[in-house]
Amino acid sequence: MLLKNTYNEFIKILAKPRSYLGIGALTLLVGIIIFAMKADGLSIISFVTSSFEQTLTFNGAVLNGNLIAYIILQMLIVHIPLLVALVTGDLISGEAAMGTIRMLATKPISRTNIVLSKFIAGAMYTLFLTLWLGFVALFISRQIFGTGDLIVLNSDGLVILQDADVLWRFGLGFCVAFLSLLTVSTLSIALSAFTENSIGPIVSTMAIIILFTIIGSLDVTVFDNIKPYLFTTHMASWRSFFRDPIPFSSIIQSIVILVVHNIILVAIAVYKFNKKDITS
Amino acid sequence: MESETIIEVENLAKRFGTFEAVKDVSFSVNRGDVFGFLGPNGAGKSTTIRCLLSLITPDVGSIKLFGKSFKTDRSAILSNIGSIIEKPDFYKYLSAQKNLEIFARVSGANVSKKEIQEMLEFVGLGDRGKHKLGGFSHGMKQRLGIAQTLLHKPDLIILDEPTTGLDPQGIVEIRNLILRLKNEQNKTILLSSHQLSEIELIANRMVIINQGRSIVEGSVSDLLNTQELLVRIEVDNARAAAELVQKAYPETILKINSDIELELTFVKELVPALARLLISSNMNVHAIEPTRKLEDYFMKIIQA
Repeated sequence: MLLKNTYNEFIKILAKPRSYLGIGALTLLVGIIIFAMKADGLSIISFVTSSFEQTLTFNGAVLNGNLIAYIILQMLIVHIPLLVALVTGDLISGEAAMGTIRMLATKPISRTNIVLSKFIAGAMYTLFLTLWLGFVALFISRQIFGTGDLIVLNSDGLVILQDADVLWRFGLGFCVAFLSLLTVSTLSIALSAFTENSIGPIVSTMAIIILFTIIGSLDVTVFDNIKPYLFTTHMASWRSFFRDPIPFSSIIQSIVILVVHNIILVAIAVYKFNKKDITS
Repeated sequence: MESETIIEVENLAKRFGTFEAVKDVSFSVNRGDVFGFLGPNGAGKSTTIRCLLSLITPDVGSIKLFGKSFKTDRSAILSNIGSIIEKPDFYKYLSAQKNLEIFARVSGANVSKKEIQEMLEFVGLGDRGKHKLGGFSHGMKQRLGIAQTLLHKPDLIILDEPTTGLDPQGIVEIRNLILRLKNEQNKTILLSSHQLSEIELIANRMVIINQGRSIVEGSVSDLLNTQELLVRIEVDNARAAAELVQKAYPETILKINSDIELELTFVKELVPALARLLISSNMNVHAIEPTRKLEDYFMKIIQA
């Protein structure tokens, strides 16, 4: 029954126009960034590298597909949670608002399976969105700008990664980025179990992300104890794959915290939905 | 032979915060019944029905369907029930066929596309299968709702106010569909309504609930036959007829509607004697039309 209802959930997601909004918006944004970098990328890059030119000499194509893909990910990973929540935040509450959850809950499928099938479908949608981002950001950028060594400026300073050493870092980075987005998806579905309108969980998800991000960025001692446990602290862990050496222990810690968040949020949603009186 | 009890509800109660939606509802439905679940708006019908479908957990009381309880046999019970609660809601962005496929997949039965098409034809939507629900009228959605209830061939069908919001033609269509379910497929049907006239036309047994309590339960004909009729009489001289009837039956309440028409309350058994009285007194009787005072009966019951 779980598989059958998961299949149903896919059909519903595929039929909803809002599901294509995220994919369309993502494609458009990547297109705009690629266009901008093609038009004015060299001057932007020389502005960044100028401070190093007294001590370093840059040879080859600094503005290459790898760098563009990295810039795109940096820019969009902040906005993709909204595109994810737009679809996943509606999965339970949207059906409550429409009244179809009432029809579904009178069928011989357990409420736990209803929620789990929505989580699986939400996870698959999130995975597709991440893969699509990877495709348009990495594949198209490399096609247009060519390949080359990746120069990354992070808190450790300037890191130069060889072209042959880049793709697997992107691959693992996308995996962690997916886990981060999955947490957003799970959070929005969990919030969706509490309400009967589709906007509430979407807005609440974004509000929580903004709140946690602000708490995480505030340099206040009182928040130091909770910062490591906020999922937003670990949402940018994918960037760690572009450091040298890669801090695997901190990445694994981030993965564990994100996975724990997902498990707790799924458990909350299942418990709430099982206890809920369906009055819509 | 005693018939099998399909639904058994005992002392059901449900509270939402401080509001007691259902206080004490008990009734039973036997196999093959078309059971009327009657009560005014806000009486607790929908809450009771939601409890019957495990959408709401009651605070007090017990519910047994097919002799089983939701605590242990939820899936087995629901796989044998088809239902519409208040109004059938579907996925507007999907076609009628796709909607039925979605509900069929989780109904616990293997329903083929051919069977779905047959079901659409049964409810008169055979040529609308590919159309999205966005363009469907309320009546069409209601018929699709009935198709959805029948997909997995359940023994029990629960319909909560299925004719609400329909035009007269839609009401007749749904009523005929329900009668076909009873006559052709021998389904047990629980039908909730706030209109006694509707229940009288379809149901064989009923319970009346008001303010969250069940008030009276029994056979529709037995319950209604104990009540007085409203008899409309058409004669040449209504005033003379009224005097004659009043003299013979002093307790009768009379109302003269026009020179040729009067109405009176009367027990069913005395209607033939009334006809004989008028004719033997050389009155030209054009019509004697007994009707039940359903609204009065309903009001009397719920106010008792």
